[in-house]
Amino acid sequence: MKRTVLYEQHVAAGGRLVDFAGWEMPVQYAGLLKEHKAASSGAGMFDVSHMGQILARGLDVIGFLNYALTADITEMKDGDVRYSLILNKHGNAIDDLLVYRMDENHFLIVANASNHENVFKQLSSLVTGENLDVSDMSDRYGMIALQGPKAYKILKTLINVPEDMPYYRFVMAEFMKVPVIVSRTGYTGMDGFEIQAHTACEQLWKELMKAGQPFGLVPCGLGVRDLFRIEAGFPLYGHELSEQINPITAGLKWAVKKTDANFVGKTALDGFKREEKRVAFIMDGRAVPRQGYKIISITNEAIMGEVTSGTFSPVLQKPIGMGYISKCNGSWAKVGDKINIEIRGKMAEATITKLPFVKSTVYKK
Amino acid sequence: MELPEELTYTKEHEWTVDDEGLLKVGITDYAQDALGDVVFVEMPEVGEQIKIGQPFGTVESVKSVSDLYAPISGTVAEINHALEAEPELVNSSPYNDGWMIKIEVADKAELDNLLSAADYEAFTKTI
Repeated sequence: MKRTVLYEQHVAAGGRLVDFAGWEMPVQYAGLLKEHKAASSGAGMFDVSHMGQILARGLDVIGFLNYALTADITEMKDGDVRYSLILNKHGNAIDDLLVYRMDENHFLIVANASNHENVFKQLSSLVTGENLDVSDMSDRYGMIALQGPKAYKILKTLINVPEDMPYYRFVMAEFMKVPVIVSRTGYTGMDGFEIQAHTACEQLWKELMKAGQPFGLVPCGLGVRDLFRIEAGFPLYGHELSEQINPITAGLKWAVKKTDANFVGKTALDGFKREEKRVAFIMDGRAVPRQGYKIISITNEAIMGEVTSGTFSPVLQKPIGMGYISKCNGSWAKVGDKINIEIRGKMAEATITKLPFVKSTVYKK
Repeated sequence: MELPEELTYTKEHEWTVDDEGLLKVGITDYAQDALGDVVFVEMPEVGEQIKIGQPFGTVESVKSVSDLYAPISGTVAEINHALEAEPELVNSSPYNDGWMIKIEVADKAELDNLLSAADYEAFTKTI
């Protein structure tokens, strides 16, 4: 297994280490519920160094990325971040990712740990001519996510970023005279920042842990990261997204540009009529829905679909989940409708709800 | 890991103790730590017949779910209703308030299969 530059810190903090996408990562420290509580009221710090960074540079990198990705790259300004999908020619997802515009000839793409090689392969395959370079820089970047209501207060003791920095913007800042990328982004649905650095990451983690003490900062593992993102209704590749799922089915049409510009997968999406849609539900009982569990119609006992993600929400004090369902008796299930989730051979009732499960507290001016 | 000497154990990480003629059962400190925050314990009905080595319920944490295996054959005499509202008792008090069921033992000879604290501890070091 690979180790991030923060491995020693996880061991020192008592992290329980597991294999995640070939990386030895902390799944928890104090425990999921304790970490959730502390991060929600103070702040939590996550090692996300395993994610991939790809640099795309060149004279017409804007046109190149606008073709390769679903987001409208042409309307980005320097310092903008955008959420995008990268599709194959069938319109299905290779990955979901963030795109950072450094300047008109220079973009950074942050992709999932498990997929960044596929993203890099896809982008490389689309390069024509000499005036474009795509480089996989994942090994050079470490990344720390600092999330929660006190995230800004903690960050500003070490790194100078504007308090009113908008959500989905980034700045080039400094930590101990080392340039770092600080974006107001995250995967928790709370205010927070993601900081990318090279060798400074370990020192930054240590300093943040110290600076965060009076604010109740705790280290957080991948377990609670998954809990937060489900509460926020965010998709996770390998669950709500895969090479069999397109953005329309996934409810991510908003991440697909509305302009006429061509992009990989556009033809497949144009005129696509979805057979399934993503739903969110809250369990009536206390058993937890998990990926692969069947979703069954209460009215006619037909199999409607499958659960893609599930967890226990400490905020709602109930198990929650997301999945895909097809039409039942010719119509889509609606918010408020009841469904059954088959949990270990027994039917467990759930109610369809709107996303997000927990209201977003990301920064708004 | 907490490991009371007066209890007996199974390789499925359960502990048992005589409770006024019935066999009280729960999961060990080792098990609750490995599971993480328990959010649901699915227990059998009182009166249900259970067989040694067969699953009699499940214990579910945020991240995983595990079967509970009968340490002995018999009839379920009592279940710990406190776990319905407070499943976290399994984490905070695995050997006391977090107890799960009490069994009316069918065959006392099966008690010989249970491990001492020392044997259970030795077993946990091999996994």
